[in-house]
Amino acid sequence: MQGGTAIPLSSHAVGGTADVYDSSRLPPAYLRELYELVRYRDLVVQLVSRDIRTRYKRSVLGVAWTFLNPLLMMAVLTLVFSRVFRGDIQHYAVYLLSAQLVWIFFAQSTTQAMNSLIWGGALITKIYLPRSVFALSQVGAGLVNLTLALVPLLLISFVSGAPITWALLWLPVPMLLVACFALGVGLVLSTVAISFPDVVEMYQVALTAWYFLTPIIYPVAALPDSMRWLMNLNPAYYLVEAFRAPVYAGLPPEPMTLIAGTVAAVGVLALGWFWFTSAADDLAARA
Amino acid sequence: MQALRHPSEPPLTVLEPAAFPEAVRIDNVSFRYRHHHERFTSLKEYAIRRIQGRVRRSDVWALRDVDVAVRQGEVFGIVGANGAGKSTLLRLIAGVLRPTRGRVVVHGWPVSPLLEIGAGFHPDLSGRENVYLNATLLGHTKRDVDERLDSIVDFAELGDVMDEPLRTYSSGMIVRLGFSVATEWEPKVLLVDEVLAVGDEAFQKKCWARIQGFRQQLATVVLVSHQLSYVLATCSRAVWLDRGVVRALGEPNAVVNAYRDAAAG
Repeated sequence: MQGGTAIPLSSHAVGGTADVYDSSRLPPAYLRELYELVRYRDLVVQLVSRDIRTRYKRSVLGVAWTFLNPLLMMAVLTLVFSRVFRGDIQHYAVYLLSAQLVWIFFAQSTTQAMNSLIWGGALITKIYLPRSVFALSQVGAGLVNLTLALVPLLLISFVSGAPITWALLWLPVPMLLVACFALGVGLVLSTVAISFPDVVEMYQVALTAWYFLTPIIYPVAALPDSMRWLMNLNPAYYLVEAFRAPVYAGLPPEPMTLIAGTVAAVGVLALGWFWFTSAADDLAARA
Repeated sequence: MQALRHPSEPPLTVLEPAAFPEAVRIDNVSFRYRHHHERFTSLKEYAIRRIQGRVRRSDVWALRDVDVAVRQGEVFGIVGANGAGKSTLLRLIAGVLRPTRGRVVVHGWPVSPLLEIGAGFHPDLSGRENVYLNATLLGHTKRDVDERLDSIVDFAELGDVMDEPLRTYSSGMIVRLGFSVATEWEPKVLLVDEVLAVGDEAFQKKCWARIQGFRQQLATVVLVSHQLSYVLATCSRAVWLDRGVVRALGEPNAVVNAYRDAAAG
C-alpha cells in the first residue's frame, strides 16, 4: 500500500508534523488558541455574518434598524437629559450619542460573548474548534454595527452643528481599543459563566451600575470632587472619552486618555486570553 | 448510516490491517472528570458554600490506563455499557478532550467527526449560508466550500431549495444537508458515534456507498455502537470498555462474546 499517499498536507502543524495530532506535544494553550484561530478565521467571518444577518432577517425594517435604533434612543434620552443639563453641554445630542454607542457596543458584545459560548456549549464538547471564536465573533459583529451606526452619528453631528474635523480619522483607534477591552471582559465572563449561568444576570446589574458611574449621559464636571478619583480607576471612562473627543469636540483624543485606555484594553485582553485559554479544555470536559 | 456496509451489499474483502501504519494511538491514557460534589448552578451559592468550607470535589476517572492502537484502514469498534467511557475515548481522539495522563496520537488530523451532524445550523439562514457556517465549524476554509458547494448540494439533492431558509426544510432534508457537508471532504480518520439514520432508504444507500469509498481510500473508522451485530458485521477489531478499563481487545467475535457473557452473567 502507498504509505505516503500524496494527500496535500495542511501547512499548519498541531503538536508535531503537519496532519499529526499529538496530545503530549501541543504548544501552550494561549499560543495554540492563536494558531487555531488563524486556521479557523473563516469561521469567525461566518459567525459574524450569521449574527448580523439573523439579527435583521426577521425584522421588517432590516438593516435600517441599525440606523434608526440609535436615533430613536438618542431622541428619547436627549429629550429628557438636555433639560437636566441645560446650558452645561453644547450639542448635547452628540455628546450623549457618541458615548452611548460605544457603551452599547461594549455592553452587547460582552453579554453576547457569554451567551454564545453557552450556546456553543453542546458543540465544543463534541467537535474541536478554538473556543474563543464565540467571544471574538460577537465583538466582531458589534464592531460592524458600531461602524454602521457612525453614519447616523455623523449625520446628527452635522445637523446639530458640532465641529466636523480631520480628527475623525482618529476614530478607528478608540474603536479598536474598546474592541480589545470588550474581548478581554467577554473572555473573563465566558470562563465564569460556563460554570455559573447566574453570572449572566449578575453582569446585567453590574453593567447598569457601571453605566451610571461613567460620564455618558452627564459631564465629568457634574461629579462631586469626592467622586472624581473613581473616574481614574474606570477604564470605560478613558475609552468613552477617547471615542467622544473626535466626534464631539473635533479634537484628537488626549494623549493621557489614549495611554490609559490602551493600558486598560491590553491588560484586560491579556488577562482574559490567558485565563480563558487555560480553562478552555476544562470547559469542554464539563458538559 | 445504519451500518457502514449496507446489508444487501457483498462483504468487503478483509484487509490485513497489520500491514498498515498506525492511525490512532491511545497510549496508556487515563482521563479524569472533575466534578463538584453538588452541582452548583449559581455563583452565589458556590461562594457561600466556599466560605462555609462545604465545597467538596469528587473525581471521576472515565478512563484508566487505556492502551489501544488502531491501524490505517481498520474499522475499529468500541463497545461497553453506558458510562463505560466510550464517548470519552472518541472525544479524546477528536482532540476535544486532552488526556489527564498518557498520550493520544492521531495521524490524519483533523479527524472527521460524524458526531454532530449539522453543527451550528441556523433556521433563519438559507441552506447555502448554513453550508458555509457548518463547514467552517468543521475547520474548512471558505475557499474549500466555494470549490465543493455544487458537489455538496448535489449529494444532498437539495439544488432547488438552497436559497430557502432552513426552517422551511423537513428534518430529513436538514440531516441530508448535514451529512453531505460532513462527508464531502475525504477523511483519513472518521469518528462515528452510534447509529445515524440519515433520510430515506435511497439516501441511506448513498451514504453507505460514500463511506465505503472512504474505506477503499484506507480511511480509518472508529465507531461506538450498542448494536453488537453491527459491530460484528463491520469491524475488523474491537475493544470492550468497562467502567473506563479495557476488558477485551482484538477480534470482534471474541470481544463481543466476552461482553455478552458478562452482561448475561
